[in-house]
Amino acid sequence: MPRIAVDLNRCQGYAQCAFLAPEVFALHGDEALLYDPEPDEGQREKLAQAAAACPVQAVLVDAVDSVDSVDSVAAAAGAVSDR
Amino acid sequence: MSGDGSLERFRREGRVVVVGASLAGLRAAETLREKGFAGSLTMIGDEPHEPYDRPPLSKTVLLGRAAAERTALPRLKEVDATWRLGVAATGLDMAGRRVRLTDGDEVPYDRLLIATGVRARPWPREAEAELDGVFVLRTRDDGAALARRLAAGPKRVLVVGAGFTGSEIAAACRERGLAVTVAERGASPLVGALGGVVGAVAADLQRRHGVDLRCGVMVTALEGDAAGRVRAARLSDGSTVETDVVVVSLGATRNTEWLAGSGLGAGPRGIACDAGCRAFDIRGIVTDDVFAAGDVARCPHPLFGYQFLSLEHWGNAVSQARVAAHNMLSESTDRIPHLEVPAFWSSQFGVNIKSVGVPSLGTEILIAQGSLEERRFVGVYGYQGRIIGAVSFDQARWLPFYQELIETTAPFPPEFATVDRRAEGRRPLDADFPDPSVPTHGPTVTLSGYSPADRRMTFTPAH
Amino acid sequence: MTPSPLHQILDYANRADPYPIYEELRRTPVHHEGDGPYVVSTYHEILGLLHDPRVSSDSRTVARTPHDPLAEPDQQESALPPSFLRLDPPEHDRLRRMTNRPFGPPHSPHRVDGMRGELRDIVTGLIDGIGDPDRFDLVDQFSYPFPVTVICRLLGIPREDEARFHTWADAIAASLDPDPDADPAERGKGAHDARMQLGMYLAGLIEERRRNPGDDMLSALATAQGEDGSMTTMELLSTAALLLIAGHETTVNLVTNGMLTLLRNPGSLQRLRADHRLAVPIVEELLRFEPPVQLVPQRVTLADVEVRGVTIPKGSSLWLVLASGNRDPRRFENPDRFDPDRRDIQHLGLGSGIHSCFGAPLARLEAQFALSELARRLENPRLLEDPPPYRRNAVLRGPRHLRIACDGIRA
Repeated sequence: MPRIAVDLNRCQGYAQCAFLAPEVFALHGDEALLYDPEPDEGQREKLAQAAAACPVQAVLVDAVDSVDSVDSVAAAAGAVSDR
Repeated sequence: MSGDGSLERFRREGRVVVVGASLAGLRAAETLREKGFAGSLTMIGDEPHEPYDRPPLSKTVLLGRAAAERTALPRLKEVDATWRLGVAATGLDMAGRRVRLTDGDEVPYDRLLIATGVRARPWPREAEAELDGVFVLRTRDDGAALARRLAAGPKRVLVVGAGFTGSEIAAACRERGLAVTVAERGASPLVGALGGVVGAVAADLQRRHGVDLRCGVMVTALEGDAAGRVRAARLSDGSTVETDVVVVSLGATRNTEWLAGSGLGAGPRGIACDAGCRAFDIRGIVTDDVFAAGDVARCPHPLFGYQFLSLEHWGNAVSQARVAAHNMLSESTDRIPHLEVPAFWSSQFGVNIKSVGVPSLGTEILIAQGSLEERRFVGVYGYQGRIIGAVSFDQARWLPFYQELIETTAPFPPEFATVDRRAEGRRPLDADFPDPSVPTHGPTVTLSGYSPADRRMTFTPAH
Repeated sequence: MTPSPLHQILDYANRADPYPIYEELRRTPVHHEGDGPYVVSTYHEILGLLHDPRVSSDSRTVARTPHDPLAEPDQQESALPPSFLRLDPPEHDRLRRMTNRPFGPPHSPHRVDGMRGELRDIVTGLIDGIGDPDRFDLVDQFSYPFPVTVICRLLGIPREDEARFHTWADAIAASLDPDPDADPAERGKGAHDARMQLGMYLAGLIEERRRNPGDDMLSALATAQGEDGSMTTMELLSTAALLLIAGHETTVNLVTNGMLTLLRNPGSLQRLRADHRLAVPIVEELLRFEPPVQLVPQRVTLADVEVRGVTIPKGSSLWLVLASGNRDPRRFENPDRFDPDRRDIQHLGLGSGIHSCFGAPLARLEAQFALSELARRLENPRLLEDPPPYRRNAVLRGPRHLRIACDGIRA
């Protein structure tokens, strides 16, 4: 599942992401941006378009393919290595 | 470390422990790897979750557009760490360079980064705080629980405290069609962070969206029914609000208790650091192996008279994490200071509020562009004849210009003409911040007021 | 004495490769001579001025300022009110918001995303119609008709009227790109007539849409009753003309510059053929490397503005040379290299600040579909002339023709 975060300090509301991937990003009013932090796998191609189109490069998409699989229950019990 | 190769050895096989597995901790870990740190990295987090993003919790999640469980932060770089999640740190042995954990383990380090952040300040009366229907909002679990309760359609939600988080919660509730009362001790919402002039706009925004906003009142007690569910709140003006959900939004407390007695300069105001994020010990001597970043840190900022700023800001956590990670791996002359101009955003009632600089240091405000009445404007804050902060309501694209004015200590009031200058922007107004001795809910910038230059440093020990 | 940079930029002889002039220009980040405009050519300074509220775009302010060789000559004769491109806030904000209402988020988040299928079909149809693969002109047969058709569909121009719309668009485009050999009076008249006819046509269509609204953008603009009220017919005509011209002239150049650049960089073309997703970074890099709008003229200072030690006095006109900022070595590594793998790419190709390109998301999709399909379908494409002949226009810079040969066209 892709993961995203938007650096809303950088964001200036150009809304390119909301135009190009409207299932993930939405404008709330003129400028405020809402987004789904872990959208469906099927959104990956549109996410890449949205992130590339951001004029202030504020859309952060994970660059790591296999994110450390941290099982929180196991983690709570002790150390879990991500390798 | 000097030129004896020990820094090289540390970069190759040293041990870094990061206490706090949230935004600052994760970004610091990624930066360490990016800069070539090849030693061992241990991430300690008291929550059982891998790092997640908090801002969506009070917006997207409460609106029901995303699940609280699906807010994990994107990974920008493989961190190859040992994760100790769901285990809090309970103590620090600075001489022995070890962190103690709740499960009794001790983790040794060569360099330590403390990024334990803050937690929501709970309702002060414990019995009332435990009533069913009383919430705070800080963690993913808080967000999940509150979102579930809002989805169940309560008759009324009472939000205690109209800072940014409280206002965002109220906005989400209204958007879901829920009846909302907001009780704010100050004269208006956001007054602590943005002052009364802008606070009045925030109040107008709330009322236009149907919030039952009550300012200048305190909630004095919460009442439960026989089953232990909250049913009403009593206010200082003698009124009672019948409600089945109360969200306590009274700001945050810094997670520094675990450092009590450690000898580190940590207390309720956070961990005092130098501009390079190295923590001070209680003697006021800077350490070389303990760093702090994010909400828990407070650093002197040269733009603001070297006052120690502690900022509960997303961007601050990211930039301090990078500074701390860089400095951990650097010789003293290669270290970099944390110079980022504070910046902040909030979205509420469909309005994008952004600020740069430190508005709460300002004494005057000039509406440089747009109009308060239209709720689209840029306000510029002045302090002692210079521009010290700016805020925009749905006018974010202009802020970089004002940030540059802050960075260059441009004079206040700005004398130049701009586009969209209205009659109300001809002269500055009193920014109308509350007396700092009167607490209000939720200012996001707090100042301790002392500076290394005047040598009147006072230390508040942990308690 | 070498000719002034201003004249060099305008000199048609430099149209094929203006970048050495820009490089020279960047030695003086704020260049000024005589009573001409202040020409700003470095990245950070341009970006700063695009966000500077002391800089006005209001055509009424601009008209009062001294000599700007790029001032629109027909500003006065146009009966239409200024479009939002030529207005400052709050009028700009109001009109742009109203225009955005049926175009993008928050009110119409699916408009552009929903055009993907249609864009693909238009591209497919145009490539199918290329005919003789041995020699064709990409501009006439593809890049020109493509964006006009897209705008027709967006605005909801009836299919049977699209041909007339193309004719008017061509005439207006020609007036923006004067051929020095043509009789200026004839040329001006042709464009004037086209504007009049287009205006009357649109006015009629607007009336019709007010009575029988469809789900197209013109219907939505004609019937809108939002918090900003509704547009007058004159405002609506002005806005439609802006969408037509700005959405057309820029996309033609983006697509043509794109294909030209890919043909000059066969490695990138090959990679795009193998993976259509590469179109995304390719288009961003194109917007940096060969931006369709080279410079932003017609901005005026409302106060003294200091830039890199130079005080630009109040009331001066500015040229912000976006294409030069995009090649500023203080901002971009190896700026003269076309590199779709560039990770740091905050280009100025679509402007920045409140006047940043309104149609940017559509332009991006248009260029992505066009280039990836051209790359996939044209077998072994080759440039028949390099450099190709350019249009006259120094601002909206791009080839007038791009003659290509290929071995065949894949299905």
